[in-house]
Parts: sequence; C-alpha cells; structure tokens
Amino acid sequence: MKFSENWLRQWVNPDLDTDALVHQVTMSGLEVDGTEPAAGAFSNVVVARIVSAEPHPNADKLQVCQVEDGETTYQVVCGAPNARAGLKVALARVGGVLPGDFKIKKARLRDVDSAGMLCSGKELGLSDDHSGILELAEDAPVGIDLREYLALDDTLIDIDLTPNRADCLSIRGIARDVGALNDIEMTAPTIEPVPAVIEDTFPVTLSAPEACPRFLGRVIRGIDPSATTPLWMQERLRRSGVRSIDPVVDVTNYVMLELGHPMHGFDLHRLDGGIDVRWAKPGEQLTLLDEQTVTLREDTLVVADRSQVLSMAGIMGGEASGINDETSDIFLECAFFAPLHLAGVARSYGLHTDSSHRFERGVDFNGQRQAVERATQLLLDIVGGHPGPVEEALAPDHLPVSPRVSVSHQAIHDLLGADIPAEQITRIFKGLGFGVEVGEGEWHCAIPSHRFDISIPADLIEEVARVYGYNNLPVSDPAMPLAMVPLPEAIEDERLIKRRLLALGYQEAVTYSFVEPGLQKLLEPDLAPLPLANPISEDLSVMRTNLAAGLLNALRYNLNRQQDRVRLFEVGLVFRGQLDDLEQTKRLGGLLYGPRSDTAWLGSDMVHFYDLKGDVESLLALAAGNDIRFESLPDDPMLHPGQAARVTVNGEAAGWMGRLHPRIEQSLELKKPVYLFELELAQVAARQVPLYQPLSKYPGSHRDVAILVSEQVQAQQLQDAARTAGGEWLQTVSVFDVYAGEGIETGKRSVALQLSWQHPERTLQDEEVAGFMNAVIEQLQTQFDAALRS
Amino acid sequence: MENLDALVADTLSVIEATEDPAELEALRVSKLGKKGELTALLKQLGKLPADERPAAGARINEAKQQVAEALGQRKAALAEAELNRRLADETLDVTLPGRKVTPGGLHPVTRTMERMTDFFTRIGYSVAEGPEVEDDYHNFEALNIPAHHPARAMHDTFYFDASRLLRTHTSPVQVRVMEGTQPPVRIVCPGRVYRCDSDLTHTPMFHQMEGLLVDEHISMADLKGTVQSFLREFFEQELAVRFRPSYFPFTEPSAEVDIACVHCGGSGCRVCGHSGWLEVMGCGMVHPDVLRYANIDPERYRGFAFGMGVERLAMLRYSVNDLRIFFDNDLRFLSQFS
Repeated sequence: MKFSENWLRQWVNPDLDTDALVHQVTMSGLEVDGTEPAAGAFSNVVVARIVSAEPHPNADKLQVCQVEDGETTYQVVCGAPNARAGLKVALARVGGVLPGDFKIKKARLRDVDSAGMLCSGKELGLSDDHSGILELAEDAPVGIDLREYLALDDTLIDIDLTPNRADCLSIRGIARDVGALNDIEMTAPTIEPVPAVIEDTFPVTLSAPEACPRFLGRVIRGIDPSATTPLWMQERLRRSGVRSIDPVVDVTNYVMLELGHPMHGFDLHRLDGGIDVRWAKPGEQLTLLDEQTVTLREDTLVVADRSQVLSMAGIMGGEASGINDETSDIFLECAFFAPLHLAGVARSYGLHTDSSHRFERGVDFNGQRQAVERATQLLLDIVGGHPGPVEEALAPDHLPVSPRVSVSHQAIHDLLGADIPAEQITRIFKGLGFGVEVGEGEWHCAIPSHRFDISIPADLIEEVARVYGYNNLPVSDPAMPLAMVPLPEAIEDERLIKRRLLALGYQEAVTYSFVEPGLQKLLEPDLAPLPLANPISEDLSVMRTNLAAGLLNALRYNLNRQQDRVRLFEVGLVFRGQLDDLEQTKRLGGLLYGPRSDTAWLGSDMVHFYDLKGDVESLLALAAGNDIRFESLPDDPMLHPGQAARVTVNGEAAGWMGRLHPRIEQSLELKKPVYLFELELAQVAARQVPLYQPLSKYPGSHRDVAILVSEQVQAQQLQDAARTAGGEWLQTVSVFDVYAGEGIETGKRSVALQLSWQHPERTLQDEEVAGFMNAVIEQLQTQFDAALRS
Repeated sequence: MENLDALVADTLSVIEATEDPAELEALRVSKLGKKGELTALLKQLGKLPADERPAAGARINEAKQQVAEALGQRKAALAEAELNRRLADETLDVTLPGRKVTPGGLHPVTRTMERMTDFFTRIGYSVAEGPEVEDDYHNFEALNIPAHHPARAMHDTFYFDASRLLRTHTSPVQVRVMEGTQPPVRIVCPGRVYRCDSDLTHTPMFHQMEGLLVDEHISMADLKGTVQSFLREFFEQELAVRFRPSYFPFTEPSAEVDIACVHCGGSGCRVCGHSGWLEVMGCGMVHPDVLRYANIDPERYRGFAFGMGVERLAMLRYSVNDLRIFFDNDLRFLSQFS
C-alpha cells in the first residue's frame, strides 16, 4: 500500500515529522518498506499561461509561444503538440533546475530566442508522460510555484501490509491506526449523501448471497464524456501508484484508495435487463478489461446481466460493459464479496488486482453506501450528470456477524507479562474504533466491521501490545523446573559421527534434496523417484533417492574449478518410494576422489577401494559392539561389480560402498575412479553400551599360517572358517599378508593368517595350541581346498 | 722402570691421534690388557727389592690409571663425534609439509545450526526433527492456515499432490511434537525447508530453526528475553534488538525481530539498506487454536514460538554476501569454515 503523506495528514495529522511518523507506523506493525519524494528535485518552475502560440518560422514541429507568469512575458520555443494559447502550463524559468541537474538557460532554437522551457510530466519527474506538456487546471493561479501548487513537497510512503490488516488498505484505515497510536482524532473529510435528482434505478438480484450478500448500485445519467480528471486527483492516484485512465475509473480508484472499497462503473447502455450476482456457469467466457478472454469455472462469482457475464466479481471488470469515451450514463457498483469465496480465485486465473487483493483479505461490509456517496459527489464535480437513488440489494442473513470479544485485565497481564493501566487499555480500544464496554476488570469489545482479524481475546491483547508498543513490554527469562533430559548412551550423537568424518579428511556438503531425473536414472535406473508437481526447473524436479547424486554434482563443480582432490560427505534425508509408501530416512554419504594424500611430495598415488573401506570401517567403529560385515555387491548398477560391497550391521542392511561404475564415470566425464559410500545414519549411530570382560592374567599364544587358496575365496570366508574351527579360546584371526603373482599358481593366491589364543584361567600348553591350529588348518583344507605354504 | 714415563707419554700421544674406536680398543688391550705392557710391568714388580715395591707399584698403577682415563676420554670424544656425524646426516627440512590427513570442516550452515541449537539445549531445550515431505495438515491446517488463507500465498509451496508437499517451514515439527506430548514442551527444530523461489536472494531450499516453549506461566516478556539473549549471545555483541508487530497465523501476538545492523552498528549501510536495522526472525505467542489442534488446553497453557533462517544468520555472522554460494559446495568456500 503506497500513499501520499500529505493525503494521510489530511485525515490525521500527528505532531511528528516524516521520519518519526514512518518509525511509528513501522513499530505498530504497518511496516514501511520505503519512502520516496513525490516529485523529482526541481526549482524555479511556476504556473504560467500561454498567451499565444505561433508556428516556428524555421521548423515544422516547433511553436513559438509567448508565456506569461503574472509579472513578465517570455518567449519560449516549444515542441509539444498540445501547446496552445490559453493553456495553463508549467514554465521552467531561466536559472531553474530540473531533475537530473538540468539547468535552464537562454537558448536560440533555429534562429529564434527561447527563454525557459514548458515542461512535460516526465521532465518534472511526475509521470512517464512525454507526449506533451503538462496541462494545468484552468483556474491554476499564474505565477505560483509549481511545487506549491501541486503540493509536491510530499513523501510517498510504501507500507508492506501483513494479510490480516486489510483494513489498512486505505487512507482511512491507516489514518485510524495513526490516530489510535497518537491518541488523536481523525479529521476525515465530510461525506454527505448526494440526493437523487432522477428516479432511474437498475434491478439487481443476488443469486449467490453467501458470496455476495450486499450490492449497491446507482444510476447516473448525462455525464460529460469529454471531461478530464483534475490534476489534483491524478496526482493522488499517481502518488498511490495508480495510473489515471478516465474520470469514472479514476474516481472509483480514488474512492478505493481513500475508503478501501473497490468499486466498478458500468456503461448503463451496455447492460441488458438487470444485474445478477451469481456463480459462473460451466464454459462461460468473459473478455476482461485487460483484453484477455478467460473461460470461467463454476467456483467463480460473476456479475452478469441477462445476456452475458459482465465481470469477475471483486476481481476484474469485463471489456464489453466498461466505460468508454462515449459513455453518458453509468451504473455505479459497490458490493461486499465474502473473503472465503474469493480467496485464491484470482490467483487461479493468474490474476491479481487491487480489488481482488482487498476482497480476499476482507473489506468493511458496512461502508458501501458511504463509498457510493463519495464517488457520486466526486463524479458530479468532475463529469457532472444526474444521480438516481442508491439501490441496495441485501441478503442480511449472509452478512458477516461482527463478534463481541471480551478480555480480562488479568489475561492481558499474563500473556504480555506487563502491567498496563486499565485507562490506557480502554483508550487503545476506543482509539481503534471498537465499541467498548468496560466491565469489572475486563473489557467487552464490539469489533467494527472493518476488522476481520479479531475474534479471540489474544487478538485484543495483540492490539493492546501493538499500540502500547512491543518495545515497551518488559523482558524476562522464562522460569521453569530444571528437569533432566534423556541422553541414551546407545545412540551416538550425529555430531560426533560428522566429526569422525572431518577427522578422516572429509568436507561436509549440503546439496539440494531434489535432483535432475537424468542423473537419478543413471544411478538408480530401477527406482522411480518421487516427482515434484511444480518443480522450479527440470534440473531440480525429482526427490533424491540417494546422496550420491548431489555429491557427484558437487564433485563435478569442484573439478571444473581445478580442485582435483575431493572428499565430501553429506548427512540428510533420502526419499524412496512414492507418496503412499514413501520412506524418508536419514543417510550419511561420502565421496572420495583423487590423490590419497594431500602432501604431494610424499607420493601422488590415487585413492583406492581400500582407502574407502578403511574410512567406512573407521566410521563403523563408532557402532561399537555390533557385528559389521561387508559382502560382495556385484549387481548394483551404480557401482563397479567387482569393487562394491553391501554393509550389514547385525545382519541388517546398513548401506553400501564401492567404486562408481566405470560406465557412469565415463558418462559424467570423470577421469579418475570415484569411490562412494552411503550408510543409514541410524545404523552408524546405534552402538552397544560397553560390558566389561575380565582381562586374562595368562599369556596368549600366537600362530601364523600361510595357505594357498583359489582367488575366488574371500578373506572373510577364511576368517569365519578359522573362527569356527579354532575352539573356545581363539581370540583373534587376522590377515597379515595377501600375495598373488610370481611363484603362485594362476587363479590362486596366498593368504597369511595370524591366530591368537588365550585362556582366562591358565596358560595354554603348546600341544593344546598345536591341536587348535591343526583343527583350523584341516577346516581350511576341507572347506577351501587350501594348501599350506612352506 | 725408567722407561715408564716414556711409555706413558708415548701411549698418551698415540691415544690422542687415534681416530677409530676399534684401534682405540686394540691399544687398550696392548697396554692395559692381561698381556699389555703396563700389566707386564706390574708382573715384574716381584723382581724388585721388597722396600722399592710399594713405590714402584704405586707409580705403575698411577700410569695405568692415566692411560685408562685417556682411553676413556678419547672413546667418549670419538663416540660424540660419531653421534654428531649421524645427527648431521639425519637432518631434515622441517619446513616441508608432514604426512597427514587434513581435517575437513562442517558446512557453514551446519556449523551455524549447531551453534544456534547449543544456546537452547544448554538451558534445557531438546532437539526435534521431522519429515521434509509433509502433509497439508501439519504444514498449514494445524498451524491455523486453512486452505486459501492469504498467508499461503507467502509460502510458494512445492507440491506433490493436493495434500502432500515439501515443508515450507520447520513449524510442522512443533505440531508433531505437541501431538505426542503434554507440556512443558521445550524444543528447537532445525532443518531444511523448501520454497518454490529462486533468484539472487532466494534458493529453493534453505534452513530454519524453530523454537517452541509451552508451559503454564509463559509470557511475551519471556519470549522477548529469550530472543534478545539468543541474538546477543549468537553475535557476541550487546546488540540493540527491537520487536515489531507482525502477523503469522500460528501466533498471536506475532512479532518480527530486528537487530541493529552488525556491519555498521546501526548508522546505515548497504547491508541493512541504510535503515540501520536487520530483520532476523519472526516469533510470537502460540495461537490458542494451534494448542487446541494439538490437544493442549489453551486455558491452562501458553507458549511462545520463534523461527529463524539459518543462512540469514550465517551470512551476517560470517559476512557472506551471496546466499547461493552455500549450495555450490565449492571447496574453496567450504574450507574457509574448517
């Protein structure tokens, strides 16, 4: 809501300068977005009269004007087509300065002297109109400074209103609040009813009274279609950001800005039979004032006559019934449309108008008559004509009911934590126009019809706080019992898990939760991602089903910026399944690329699967006490079939890790192998609370064995077999060497295991350990056809 | 015996000239060993008259000791020289970088969010999280934003279908927590939120932290105290903080919070649009209908809620002037927060 400060001050004039006023309204909840001067900076521009205008002897498009400012007559050469004798104009005299620091000097144009300049609206920073010079009113006093005449020393104030404060979408509304804030009376212009001089009316039917319970109309005949909107009104409209169109439209807009009631003027001769405010019928069409034709839906309220739809009620008028430059008889409309039935409708047609903006948020349902009278008065002043009586169609049962809301002094004190004197509260309510009945420690307020946002005691309390000043309320720390909060030891803090990754050299990334469907399909071709109905772009149109996509994007972004060593991780939700079976689980994903070490002079070899695995193992070490296993994962389309593993924790799927499939590496133009892992965060975070095992006092025995087995046999299988056969006292089985190549039969490899035994209560004898060892070797021989290496 | 002095002098000079520890050892054997020259002299003592023996014995022993000491000193000197040689050989260029894992860093959004959260958890708030694909009920309805409410237009919601959407704020977590608990409730809800908007100053995804406190005797003064303390602690400055009436359907009264510009201190600069103030968050007293939706008795309990943008605070805290850079994941940017 943009408005002129001068206009507001006509309605209410607190003893505050512009800055203080702006601050005051901002702090009361009407946030001022910005202010700007009403006109560009110019000086020495006065109202003058063109005495004569003769063609320029040497130029077709120029005229030589004699212009008088009450004291002197100047010769001014002017190129404007509308310069003519008798016209009151804005004369920039020699020595004057126009916006942009343009100095007016004596000039000679095509051999004719020119002393000054006749200004267009654009040249003065008043409008964009440069089609001709500014035409001032016939009664404009010659010689007076233009700034004074047009009251240009004014500030435009732009308020960013919250949706609940539709009552402030007018000068009157803002003035009401400013009055309450300063505890002063409004000085509203008087609006007298304009008596009817003709009897003509136009019939109105309310067929959708739930959406339109009140509709006022007035016929005005015999207006002057050639009249123009006076400059003062054009100026006020301009300063409110509204373009001047023609006198009837300008008057309805003016009343909307002044009183908050959107209005509409129809050309009476273009109406057929009578008005019906009804729901649109399927397929009905309407060509709007902006010349676009829309097909209406049944949820759209329209104003129609017998033969066609005239306008989308409360949103925009139709072209066919609008005022044009031949209109002599008009039908003026001012109605109340219920917010509930208008909400969202304009937007669904891609429309947003000053009218829909107000009706959706709520317009005073009692002020229509006053608005019609105000518009009539202004119209008669400008275009003349003969008004008929104001006719009101009313469905009283469907009008909103103004609530009565009560609030106690205690409730105000409790909610705000402040002691505000009762008299002050009464004054605040009264100032806001509430009908106040003061009870015993409480107030009963009749909420006026312009406030749609007050229905419960808390709403009244907010009004008190707002006018009292939020910043005047006290400040305290909440007092509450010091209750303990659970801290489960068996769940590792996400923060510590992240820090473990930082220590492993990974940098945290945060990528969008929606990704490009192509990349998604490349990585998980068999899983349909959840699509957004209204994505911001194709690149961000499906929900991620993994973290890899985002990390790969981040990798590529960095590679394009000469970062060749990349270690990234992200923690976030992935979205798997469709709406009705959607799983949103938190995962931890990582990516490893480029040189193993960031100390180049110590070696420049690239990361390998076992670097990845080591990092994953370090991470899973946090999930202490759990059985963590890695199994080959040869059939994941995202991963290299020979370098991928499924991770399980206590037999449950916990994630995967491996090298990105070379085919995908190639299609993403990644020159080196990319290693990825992704784990369910809950699995990494779940750990066992430690349970102490007594330490044995007796020495342990270690034995090493090297065996030759098929290269198909995995280390885990050997370890599992050794563990099974090694007996009760076997403590650990570890692989300490793996060798294939020279000296080893093709298809085989040598694996060296170290086993250690320890008994809790005695020293194990060598023969016992030898027996255990033999059992292990036998098991490996039978199960894997293992041969002992000498 | 008369040779003794010459022998000692000669031996000492040989010791002094010896460079090799092995030669030195050989010399020791040849002089002081069982068959050494000085040892031999002692053996000859028997041949001397009895009254000369003690004096001669003492002289020989003295000579032996003199030689032994010289040998010992020479040995130590040689060992010292050898050590010094080795140390010189082993000298490294200590300015070369070491073999290390350079630690990564948290994303600045996480870093900020953790810090924001900590102020609250340290005084007894718990952290709550919720789904990001939300339903209309939790994101809007239960927060007192019915269908077609004008406030919905401010949200630019991403939809999946008529009733499922990406949460536009972290407030639905409030609702979910309240549905399952009775007061006192003290939570903060950090997380990702989504709005269908993308330009210089908007990204379609960003982060918020919501806070909620519900109990019997909570007032707006408590809200003001909590928010003001948080902002001052977060920026580690005694900032001016102001509260302006605003509107959120789920709070009443509602407020926007401004702080004095952290760049210019309030005198006006580009960062604050020359107003001296920065809008940093919204807050208010929980609307009774929101409590009612969650089966909490609004006659008995009151509460306050606040919500703030994590990126907004991170930008102000770390002087980041480009919102979109947070989601580029450029290592040159991220590593500045390691």
